[in-house]
Amino acid sequence: MEIPMIAYLVVSTIMFFAGVYGFVTRKNMLAMLISLELMLNAADINFVVFNRYLYPEALEGFFFTLFAIGIAAAETALAIAIIINIFRHIRNVDVHNLDKMKY
Amino acid sequence: MEQIANQVIFGLLALVIVVCSILTVTTRRILRAATYLLFVLFATAGIYFQLDFTFLGAVQLAVYAGGIVVLFVFSILLTSHPGDKAQLLTPKKRVVGLIASIFGAIVCGYTLLTYPFFTKPLTSVITGEIDMKEIGHALMGMEKFQYLLPFEAISVLLLACIIGGIMIARKR
Repeated sequence: MEIPMIAYLVVSTIMFFAGVYGFVTRKNMLAMLISLELMLNAADINFVVFNRYLYPEALEGFFFTLFAIGIAAAETALAIAIIINIFRHIRNVDVHNLDKMKY
Repeated sequence: MEQIANQVIFGLLALVIVVCSILTVTTRRILRAATYLLFVLFATAGIYFQLDFTFLGAVQLAVYAGGIVVLFVFSILLTSHPGDKAQLLTPKKRVVGLIASIFGAIVCGYTLLTYPFFTKPLTSVITGEIDMKEIGHALMGMEKFQYLLPFEAISVLLLACIIGGIMIARKR
């Protein structure tokens, strides 16, 4: 295990900012949600790597990632329910067509 | 020998993560974006396995790769025709996105590269797989550094999520 910690951090940074780029440029709400998942995953990698390299005797990063994965699953399920509901009303899922909060 | 193997595996995983996460946000077909996201999630699980968090890797595979991506694929197929392409980006929007991400990456990378992390040598502690019994006790205990309260809170959250999902998605 002689891989330096910074290698993991650089990989997760690239992944996070790929997510940022997608979140800014995408119009389809599902694609934005996919970018969001990328960002969440990058943060999870950071927690695990900090846990392993800086505090190897503790388990805090491990549990934080475990709970973050659970919460991300719940959040994605709800967001997809909302997106499908929107699709029923306006027949597509582009953010441009969503200028009204009520229907 | 083992170290070289470790480095090669890490190199492969890092390559998959970098290439596929960039392809995820640049491809114009959304179903392909979901597939590339699946590869990124697999490689992330590989990194967890490599860092000896095997339970976390299994959870990542089961919840993300097995659950969330399937949900994504279903909703993509429900909301768009297969073969649909996203419209081309306007140059302005692309420039804004590139500036936001590259500037952020530079600031973040500079901070990471210059910060003096105090890494403990990994040989000084027992490395290897965490005992499942230890994880279970930490998840269910009420002492310091144990997680009964978040565990219960997340179970209430998941219940609320189930009810909310039904309420939102049902037909009126």
